[in-house]
Amino acid sequence: MTLTDEEKAMRDGRDGNAIACAMDLLIRYGEALGAENFVETRNVCGTVTATTPFMRDFALKQGAGASGLNAVFSEFNLDTTERVDVPKVKAFSSHLQLGFDPHHPLEMGVTEQMVQFYKKSEAMAAKMGVQMMNTCTPYQVGNVPTRGEHCAWMESSAVVYCNSVLGARTNTEGRESTSSAMLTCRIPNWGYHLDEPRLATLGIELDMPVASVEDWGLLGYWMGDWVQDRVAVISGAGLKAAVPNLPRLKHFGAAASSSGGVELFHLVGITPEANTLEQATGGRPLKEVRRYGPREREQTFERINAFGVDRDVDYVMLGCPHYTIEQIWEAAQLIEGRKVHENSALWIFTPRAIKALADRNGYTKIIEDAGGVIMTDSCSAMSRAVPPGTKVVALDSAKQAHYLPAILGVQAWFGTTVQCVDAACTGKWVSP
Amino acid sequence: MSAVAGSVQTFVIKGRCVVPGVVEAEALVTRDPISGWGGVDPRTGTVVETRHELRGQCFSGKVLVFPGAKGSSGWSAQFHVARVMGTGPAAWLFNQMSTKIALGAVVSHAPAMTDFDQDPLALIKTGDWVKVDATHGIVTITRKSQ
Repeated sequence: MTLTDEEKAMRDGRDGNAIACAMDLLIRYGEALGAENFVETRNVCGTVTATTPFMRDFALKQGAGASGLNAVFSEFNLDTTERVDVPKVKAFSSHLQLGFDPHHPLEMGVTEQMVQFYKKSEAMAAKMGVQMMNTCTPYQVGNVPTRGEHCAWMESSAVVYCNSVLGARTNTEGRESTSSAMLTCRIPNWGYHLDEPRLATLGIELDMPVASVEDWGLLGYWMGDWVQDRVAVISGAGLKAAVPNLPRLKHFGAAASSSGGVELFHLVGITPEANTLEQATGGRPLKEVRRYGPREREQTFERINAFGVDRDVDYVMLGCPHYTIEQIWEAAQLIEGRKVHENSALWIFTPRAIKALADRNGYTKIIEDAGGVIMTDSCSAMSRAVPPGTKVVALDSAKQAHYLPAILGVQAWFGTTVQCVDAACTGKWVSP
Repeated sequence: MSAVAGSVQTFVIKGRCVVPGVVEAEALVTRDPISGWGGVDPRTGTVVETRHELRGQCFSGKVLVFPGAKGSSGWSAQFHVARVMGTGPAAWLFNQMSTKIALGAVVSHAPAMTDFDQDPLALIKTGDWVKVDATHGIVTITRKSQ
């Protein structure tokens, strides 16, 4: 890689060991990619806290207090056997979701010791200057990149939103590369930071209107399965029927990045790099165009629901990716005056900042009076936490329906938010 | 390139170094892309993704031959933990470069290669003995006839 004088100085230790280790990791990573140089970034989303028993034990082996946390950061964030002191971040840095919600240790199945360890880790992260947003949707709570802004984000559902809906530029980064970017304001200039890889090579023609949140999740799951990590442009009369809002595109991207590795998509007339089909493709012919209609929708629906057998629903999870305030409002209206069934449970996940708004609006009380719980910081897939004895779950997220059967061995039903709230209140899954 | 010596066949393919190093081990080959977080369990070094053809199979100490990475950005962290737990693959051979696989290979500290002159998925079979010399960009495959 070609390095600037500034980058060489950071690599050679001018700014201390931690920054030198961060540059070393970024150089190894950039060379692995085949990148020619770095791009500057001042917007990083990653994870620096320690939330797993494995990391806690790793920290304890290195000694109590700061030395244990320094050891975790050195190994798992900078990939070095050196033990560096955790420095302050240079870039504006946002913390993503965690392995559990520290406000609900009982439901999350974590010990008080684990929560105390996390709190030390959180204090360290805050002292570093990391914004403790603790969400997979930083773009909901104060980190909204502008078009063309170079970012270094991890969390696949946030990456695809950042690239596609906002027109900012990021690859899917990981724990080590984002931590290194926080300290150096650098990330390899590769992939979606460049113009050409952002152009669509595949096309999707909609033969049917795509309108509801469920519709968008199904289209996303189908698209990801086909395109894997290539860029597709979607066009057709079905798009114009209803311009999708934030919850729809959040669900769409999350689904597509679960069934495939989609990091960028274009919607003609809607997303910022696709005012026209020609703009999205750079005027080049598409390699393949497929049509999406009722048959594809039906097959995708059956595929996602392949792990649903028993109709007795033990648990309903909403908030993957983390719910917007609009979605919490919708859930509160659906459940107001009803009760969660004694054999079922309802957990809703959202960022802390939006939970605070839901508290003020009275939605938290409505949901809690019905027997539901609003949680933050995590989700069932991240925490591997579900109510005790859960065998069958109901979800309004294709992404969560993709992951939960694999992670927890549970059966999953996927459907609309209305179906999910009904399932929570009746304990039964009813197919439409 | 192929040479037959008794009942043992040897092939050589060349590619680009992703992570330098030299290692020899048995191959584990899949045509399915691999998901990191939610797709593998680093505690046991096995694939857990429900629809994956390697579901339940262990990749620890194997030369993993696969098309590329997919899924969540927890990819590198899963294989980082696997390395610290001693359950990671011995080497990586893959076709499709991505940030997930590049970072995952780097933090796994295992030799890794891509951009081959011949498709490793077409040439290498599970159970073949594979020497990966990533530093020099050479993969030597040895197969014993049945």
